[in-house]
Amino acid sequence: MHASRTNSPTPWMLLILSVVGVALLAQVPAPAPAAGAPPAQPQQPSEIQLVISGDPGTPPRYAVPDFVALSPDLAELARTLGQVLWDDLNFEREFYMIPRDTYATIPTARTAEEVPLAAWRELGADAVVFGTVQRTDANTVRVQIRLFDVRSRQSAFAKEYSGGLANPRLYAHTASDEIHQQQRALRGVARTKITFSSDRNRETIAGPVQNREVKEVYIADYDGQNQRRVTANRQLNLMPVWAPDARAIAYTSYRRGYPDIFIALIYQGLQETPTNGVGQNWLPSFSPDGSQIAFTSNRDGNPELYVMNRDGGNVRRVTNNPAIDTTPTWSPNGTQIAFTSDRSGQPQIYVVGIDGLNLRRITTMDSYADRPTWAPAPFNEIAYAARTGPGYDIRIFELATGMTRQVTFGEGTNESPAFSPNGRHLAFTSTRTGRVQVFTMGRDGKGLKQITRDGSNYTPGWSN
Amino acid sequence: MVELTTYNMKPKTLRRLGLVSLLLIAVAVSCAKKPAAPLPQPAPPPPVASASSPVAPPTATTSTQPIDDSVPVPVRGDDAINSRSIEDLNRNSPLKPAFFGLDSAELDDAGRSNVAANAEILKRYPSWVVTFEGHCDERGTAEYNLALGERRAVAVRTYLVGLGIAPDRLRSVSYGKEFPFDPGHTDAAWAQNRRAHFVITSK
Repeated sequence: MHASRTNSPTPWMLLILSVVGVALLAQVPAPAPAAGAPPAQPQQPSEIQLVISGDPGTPPRYAVPDFVALSPDLAELARTLGQVLWDDLNFEREFYMIPRDTYATIPTARTAEEVPLAAWRELGADAVVFGTVQRTDANTVRVQIRLFDVRSRQSAFAKEYSGGLANPRLYAHTASDEIHQQQRALRGVARTKITFSSDRNRETIAGPVQNREVKEVYIADYDGQNQRRVTANRQLNLMPVWAPDARAIAYTSYRRGYPDIFIALIYQGLQETPTNGVGQNWLPSFSPDGSQIAFTSNRDGNPELYVMNRDGGNVRRVTNNPAIDTTPTWSPNGTQIAFTSDRSGQPQIYVVGIDGLNLRRITTMDSYADRPTWAPAPFNEIAYAARTGPGYDIRIFELATGMTRQVTFGEGTNESPAFSPNGRHLAFTSTRTGRVQVFTMGRDGKGLKQITRDGSNYTPGWSN
Repeated sequence: MVELTTYNMKPKTLRRLGLVSLLLIAVAVSCAKKPAAPLPQPAPPPPVASASSPVAPPTATTSTQPIDDSVPVPVRGDDAINSRSIEDLNRNSPLKPAFFGLDSAELDDAGRSNVAANAEILKRYPSWVVTFEGHCDERGTAEYNLALGERRAVAVRTYLVGLGIAPDRLRSVSYGKEFPFDPGHTDAAWAQNRRAHFVITSK
C-alpha cells in the first residue's frame, strides 16, 4: 500500500511495480525551447528541485485535466485519474486548484509536447498536469504523469507507474503524495486509510430481551473510496486503530462475550490476541514506533491504564486510582500518554508519563471531555470531544500555549477525533446529516468531507 | 386518516394516539400470552418451606377431605422457574435490573432493593451463574461509556458479594451505550438504558 514506506510487498503494492522517472525525464524535452530556461538538471530526477510558484503572495494555481487514454478502452479510467489527482492535490490546500469544469476551451493534448502551455497560462495556471494511461497487458497498465511549470515551460515532475487495475486510483494517490513531497516538502495523505466501526450490515445477535445490532470493523481510502469489511464475527467490534506500519488494526471485540483486544493483520488474514485472557481489555492505542500498546483494563478491579509490548509481554500499569482511567493516546515521542479520567467527578483529559509520573490535567473549562487524540509532530496539540450542550464538539488543546480552540460548533454531535498522520486533518464522527457518520476536516475545522454514508459509522482511526 | 380530517388532529397527537393504542395492544397481547405468570410472588417462601410442603400432609383426622387442593403455589412457583429454559428466563426474567442516574454508578435505594431481591433468588437457585451487563444511555461518549458500564457492573457485584453471593457465580460485562434497551431519545428511554441488566448464563 505504501510503496515508499514499507519493505515487504503487499497485494496493493504490487500495483506499483516500477517507478521509472530517470529515463522518462531524460526523454522529455521541455515542450518548447524557452528563452532563458535554466539548464537542464542532470541525472537523477529526484534531485530536481524545480518548485513551481504562483504570483507573489498567492499559492500556485494548478490545473489537472483528464488523463489521456492511449488505449481506447481506458477513457473512463483516464477521466477518473484526472479527477482523483485533482481531489488529492486539493485536499492539502497547498495549491489553488483551478476547477476542472473550466478547462473546456483548452485543446486536448495527445502527447507531452502538445500540451498547450500558452492556453493554460491564459487560464491562469501556474502548473498543469499531463497524464497518460496505456494498457500493457490484459490486466496491467502504464501510467505516466508529468507536471509542467507553465511559465518556464519546464517539466517539474515526471514519473511512470505500471501495475494492475485492482485499485487504479492508487496511481493518482501516489503521484499526489510525491508532488506534495517534491513541491512543498509535505507528507501528503492520499495513500492513507481510515478504519471505523459500522453497523451497516444490519446483522443482529440474540440478546437477553431483544435482538442486538452488531458492529464490524471496516476500512476505506482516506477519501472514502474502496470501503471494505475487516471483521466478520457478528459481535461488537469497536474503536479500531491502525498500527504505525499501516498493516494491522487493533480493536476492541466482544467475540468472546466480553471486551478484549484483537489485532487484525489485514494483508495476511491473521489475528493476534496480545492480552492472553487476562481481565477485560479495551481501547488499544499503538505507541508511535509500534512496539507497544496502551489500553484500558479492569484486571485489577476497575478501569486503569496499562502499557504492554505489542506481543502482550511486559505489562506495566500506568494509573492507579479508584476512578475511571481510560481512552489512552500516545505523545508523538512515545514518552507520555493523554487519557480520560473522572477522578475529579466528571471525565476530563489528563497527561501522564508512561512511567505513571508527572500527572497533570489539561482540560479545565469543559464539563465532560473524552477521546483525546494527540497530534503528530510538529503540531503539539491534543484534540478531544467536549460536551457543549446536549451533544459534543471537537476541541483542540495546544500544549505549548495552554490555549483551546473549537473546530465544530453544534452541527449535530461531533465526537471521536483522530488525526491524520501529517497532523493537518482530523477524522471524527458527526450526526450533522442524520445518522452517525465519519467525516474529515482540516485542523482549522475547514474542508469538511463526508467519508461514510451507509448505516451508522463510529470511532475512526487514520493510518500512516 | 378519517380522524385527521374529521377532528383536525395534529399529526403528532395522532402519532401519540397510535403509540398509545399500540402499547395497549401490546399489553393486552402480553397479558393474554401468560395467564399464569410464572414469576414468584412478592414474598416467596424460603426454599426450606417449599421443599417440605409436598411431604407435609395434614393429619389423619381430615381423611374425608380430598387433598388435591393443597397442590401448593410455592412448589409450582419453584418448578415453574427452574423448568423454564435460560432463554425464556432471560426474556422474562425473575431478576430485576438496577437502574442508575445520569453519569452515575451508585446504587440508589430502588437499585439496592432490586439487587437484594435478585440475591434472594440466587440463594434459592444456588447453581445459577449470572452475568450482569453494564449499560449506559447515549448521552455519554462511546469510549468513556465502556468504562462507566463497567463501573455500574462492579457496583452490583460488590453489593451482591456483600449479600453473601459467591463471587464465582458472578460475571460482568460492560456494553457502554452499544446495546440500548430503548432506542428512543427521551428521558424515559435514557432512564431505561442506564442499567445493570442481569442475565442468567447457566443454571
